[in-house]
Formats: sequence, C-alpha cells, structure tokens
Amino acid sequence: MEAGKHNANQLVTEEEERAIAEKLPAIFREFSQERTNLLPILQRIQETFKFLSPGAMRAVANYIGISTSEVYGVATFYNQFRFHPPGRHEIKVCMGTACHVKGGDIILENFERKLGIKEGETTPDREYSIERVACVGCCALAPVAVVDDKVIGYMQPSKVEGLFLQFEIQRKIREGQIKAEAS
Amino acid sequence: MVKITVDDRELEVEEHLTVLEACIQNGIFIPNLCFLKTRHHPHASCRLCFVSIEGYDRPVTSCTERVRDGMVVKTNTPEVRALQKSAFKLLMSLHPCHPKICPTEKPCLLMRIAKHIGVGLNPKPLEHIDRGLPDLVDFGPLYYVPNRCVLCAKCIHTCRTINQMPLLTFAKRGIMTMVAYFDGEQNTSICANCNACVDVCPVAALLPKSAFTSSVESRKA
Repeated sequence: MEAGKHNANQLVTEEEERAIAEKLPAIFREFSQERTNLLPILQRIQETFKFLSPGAMRAVANYIGISTSEVYGVATFYNQFRFHPPGRHEIKVCMGTACHVKGGDIILENFERKLGIKEGETTPDREYSIERVACVGCCALAPVAVVDDKVIGYMQPSKVEGLFLQFEIQRKIREGQIKAEAS
Repeated sequence: MVKITVDDRELEVEEHLTVLEACIQNGIFIPNLCFLKTRHHPHASCRLCFVSIEGYDRPVTSCTERVRDGMVVKTNTPEVRALQKSAFKLLMSLHPCHPKICPTEKPCLLMRIAKHIGVGLNPKPLEHIDRGLPDLVDFGPLYYVPNRCVLCAKCIHTCRTINQMPLLTFAKRGIMTMVAYFDGEQNTSICANCNACVDVCPVAALLPKSAFTSSVESRKA
C-alpha cells in the first residue's frame, strides 16, 4: 500500500468515483456530522464498495468537517481498511502464528513478486489483489492462502506458480469467448 | 523567576519554562529533535532530551519537565548518555546517512547530536533497517524523502497550526509510519507558497519542488 500521494488515483477511474459519490449521501444520512462517527462511516463505505477511494475519503472529510489528511491518517492506521479496489481474483495470505512459523511470509513474497504489487494492492489490470489476513482458522494446514474464498493449505512456491497458470488459462478462455461473441 | 542549577552552573530562568527551554535559552545544548515552542503538549517522541534531576530515581525527558526553584539538573550523566545513545542508534537504523547527497546544511542537527553524545552516525551495533519505502514521494508542491524522515512530527504540527485543514498527517503505523500528504476539496495553492513544514524539518525530508536539487534526482534515476 502506497501512502503519501495516493496511487489508487491511477487505479480508480473517474466513472467509478462518480458512481461511489452518488451512493455516498445515502450512507452519510445514517450518521450525524460528528468526528466520533469517522470510523463507523469509513467502515460502512468499505462494506459497500470494498475499499476506500480517494474521492470517498475527501467526501467523508467534507461531511464531518475535518481535513482530508486526517481521514487518511486514521484510515491508514487500521489494517481493516483497503485503499485499492479488489481484483477479479482476491488472494489472501494467512499471517497467523502457525502460518508465520511455517513460512507464510515467503508465500506472501512469492505472490508479491509474481504480480509486482505489495500486499493491499491490486494489479493495474484489476485481475489480482493481495491481502494479508490474521488467521483463517485452519492452522493444521499452515501455511494457508485463501484464493477467491477457496482455502489452499500447505502452500508452496510451486503452488503459487500452478495457481497463476490456471488463472491465465481461464483468462485466455474468457477472452476467447468475448471475441467469439463479438464476431 | 526561579533558580536552577544545570551542570554546576546556576541559572535564573522564567518559571513557566521547561527544563529543555531553560537550557537552550542559556546556551546549554541538550539533544532534541521533536521539540517545538508552539506545542502545548510536548511530543516527547525523539527520546533524546533526557536529563538527570536530583531527587528523581531515573532520567526524564527535559521537554516534559517544568523548572522548579532549586532544581539540580545534570545533562551528561552516564545514565542519560546511555539512553540518548540507544535512542540515537535506533533513529540512525532508519536514517541512512549520505552526507554527500543530503541537502541539509552541515553539520546537520543529527551530526551535532552525534558529536555531543559521542557516537558515530552509523547505527552500529544495530543493523540498518530497510522498510521498503520509496526513495521519493510526490507531495503535490513538495517532495518527501521517507528514509530521511525521523518522524519528529514538527511538519505535521506546523501545518496544523497554520491551516485549519492541514495537508500533512502521519500514515500507517509502527515501523511503517510515514508522513503523508492528502489534499482535500480546497486546492493545493495554499501549500505551494508556504514552505513552513520544509523550514521546520531538521533532516531535509521535505523539499520544495521548486528548489529541488539534482542530487536527489540522480539518486532516483
């Protein structure tokens, strides 16, 4: 996750920001304009859109009457908030105690290097996003990754490769179908 | 006015002052990075301004201690130096010193502190920690160099003092904490000509784009 000047700007299109902005007033109506509502509002936005866009954070700041940088500072403090839209394939790597001991960080690094993004980020083509999670509750299978809600136990670097091979084939079929329909 | 004794020197100082302020006013240097006069509550985050005060069982940060009549202060006891040295080494483990390309005026504050407490500018015996942060972050009208930043928060406080809607903040937490810039609905022109945060930064972690030196550019390339 890139802090500072937000690089989600490059990922979130103006159309998406507009779509989010349209739905924000309905969310704001549930909360009074007090700064104690900052976290609940941010949580509600993430619940609805799966992430906090720069535009949404600006709107929240405006609504509560605090500075945007303060909203950003609070949001980045908590691990629960993400600043990038989820990818088509959501990859969650477990960093719980057992997975950590079994080398979960190596698995995470594998995913990060393969995709050229850091945890919390989404690839520019919006295909993949990586997240680190605390514990998914099946420590006996450590190290664990959850890919598109499917739990994969005993993760290994070779399994990471295999996973992407599978996804790329799926993608080619999908894009082939789109072409077939168009012609 | 109250009378205090600092390193066997008798001083007469105003009573509302902190020990740190009283010493600085009288030309006694106590290492400090995060102290700002305009702060109502001292940040006390740099952990460098420790002093020993008679009657206290351990050294205290001089920026949080107000002067009292008859106070006896020592700024250079072994306990004080030990605390300052470990705090300084921890700072330097996140602040790789590249004096040749660093645009601070030499000797910079860190150099002065190192000399004062008698340590080198390397983090030894600690390791240098690479937090994997970018070399340079675009802050709109400014550039931010995360690896130089000592997180003293002077820039953030200054921005808050000047602007009702400050543009600077701390982002993330723990060892990944960094200063971040996030502009709001208002345009960034209020920021472009202010440079108050740049002036207050002790380590040249914030640079105005206009006065951007080629040294950082070549590092980036």
